[in-house]
Amino acid sequence: MTDAATIQETRQRRWAYALLAPSAFWYLALLILPLIVVMVYSVGERAPTGGYQAAFTFDNYLNLGARWTAFKNTLTLAPAGTLICLLAGYPLAYFLAVKASPKTRLLLLILVIVPFWTSFLIRTYAWMFILGGRGLPQLLDFIGIEGVRFINTPFSVLVGIVYAYLPLMVFPIFVSLEKLDKRLLEASEDLGASPFATFRQVTLPLSAPGVITGCMLVFILLMGEYLIPQMLGGGKVFFIGNALVDLFLQSLNWPFGSACAMALVVIMVVTVTLYLKATRATGGRDVSLV
Amino acid sequence: MLRGYAIFVYLFLYAPIALIVLFSFNSGNNASDLQGFAVTWYIKAAGNTLMLGALKNSVIIATASAILATFMGTMAALALQNLRGPLRVLFDGLTYVAIMVPGIVIGIATLIALVTTFDVTNALIADLWPGEAPPKLGLGYGSIIAAHTLFAMALVIVIVRARIAGMDRALIEASADLYADPLATFRQVTLPQLAPGIIAGFLLSFTFSFDDFVIAFFVAGSQQTLPIYVFSSIRRGVTPEINAIGTAVMLFSLTALITAQVLLRRGKRPAQ
Repeated sequence: MTDAATIQETRQRRWAYALLAPSAFWYLALLILPLIVVMVYSVGERAPTGGYQAAFTFDNYLNLGARWTAFKNTLTLAPAGTLICLLAGYPLAYFLAVKASPKTRLLLLILVIVPFWTSFLIRTYAWMFILGGRGLPQLLDFIGIEGVRFINTPFSVLVGIVYAYLPLMVFPIFVSLEKLDKRLLEASEDLGASPFATFRQVTLPLSAPGVITGCMLVFILLMGEYLIPQMLGGGKVFFIGNALVDLFLQSLNWPFGSACAMALVVIMVVTVTLYLKATRATGGRDVSLV
Repeated sequence: MLRGYAIFVYLFLYAPIALIVLFSFNSGNNASDLQGFAVTWYIKAAGNTLMLGALKNSVIIATASAILATFMGTMAALALQNLRGPLRVLFDGLTYVAIMVPGIVIGIATLIALVTTFDVTNALIADLWPGEAPPKLGLGYGSIIAAHTLFAMALVIVIVRARIAGMDRALIEASADLYADPLATFRQVTLPQLAPGIIAGFLLSFTFSFDDFVIAFFVAGSQQTLPIYVFSSIRRGVTPEINAIGTAVMLFSLTALITAQVLLRRGKRPAQ
């Protein structure tokens, strides 16, 4: 290497460090340090007046069972919600990518994404309104079906989940289906495959990256969900997120709350890693998160 | 059959929104009884100083964190393009973690880290302060902006890096061959190509911050943002005024979305 090249390389490196400095500081001060604080707090004790008191104990972790219902609800309803989003979203993505006319495709796609960009809170509130006592149940009452209650049940939480996250599932699947070479479908048909066989052997495997991305995005967001169970589950169907708000803002048990938060992060990292491993083994394709 | 299903999904997506809009024009006092057309609730919302204060806070916070995130994120993305080795792996890992960790955990972590830091620094300031009332650091604008910037910055890094990956590097070499200095190359070749990604990153950051409830809920202190205001009004009971505010907010987001589309389309032209 010549001297000039070395000088240029050093200069480029210095530039890169200077450009990275602000974001590196942000990651350090607002991501790494806070997460370390959570870790430290999770082995601490609750001060008598609430908050944190220095200690080294694993009691908070051993006590996680006290919030078992929150963990159980999250670990059943988050995968269930992801699965329903997939089952409901795939046909729509297929319709948009394969069946819709190219002219209306863009408009229809934008129409799927628009709700995702409008206030999450207001959209969930709309379902509070619809599923609440004076909404659908009153309507059902009118036609003779009495005593149905939707709000504050796992059902209403699932409706809220599908409503909020369906666009996030449809979009990546659409992208992978749109890239699919339509001649492959014709070739499969020409070779005598039934439409179902074509779908199972050609379309589905080729759309796997989109399915994997969509499922991961929805699942990750669902694990930390707070608003949907809060608004549509009332006090009855609560997630880890709701337990965390209670522990940090109401009962002020920061150490136990920190242990719950750590458990949530660990569960998420483990499931996502296992999921990626399993899908890589079968699909063998690289998946990017965003 | 597939077409019928698609129509059903669109109905499912839009009926609740339509309902909110419809009821926002309800003249009656009751949230779930349609009585007639009126704009009473819009007038009432427009005069609601608490709501307007929260809206102002939200706009300031979203603008500040979007600007910070766009600048720092773009700078980082540009730097990472020239870096190899462990530093880049570490940085990519951190970006991944910032996106993956649920907002609620970010909110909690920021809350307890800041409160702990403030306890120490406030005691220190009180000791060193010569006057009567020493200034006190606390949660508020700063903490919300800082926490929102973290996630938004990671988002900008991912978006701009994707754009850099798709960029034609031959153009940069051509520019250097034509004796443009690095700064001129950056300004005239690189930046125009990256512009759509940067603008998209800014708008996504703004929308994320404007819409975020859960992070702000933890680190806002006594400040109110619009989502926090709406959440607490829903808790107090459903009123048609929330429908009016909700409709206005949705209209605002829609305008931002259309602006983004127009800008992205315009931004694409010089790049080609």
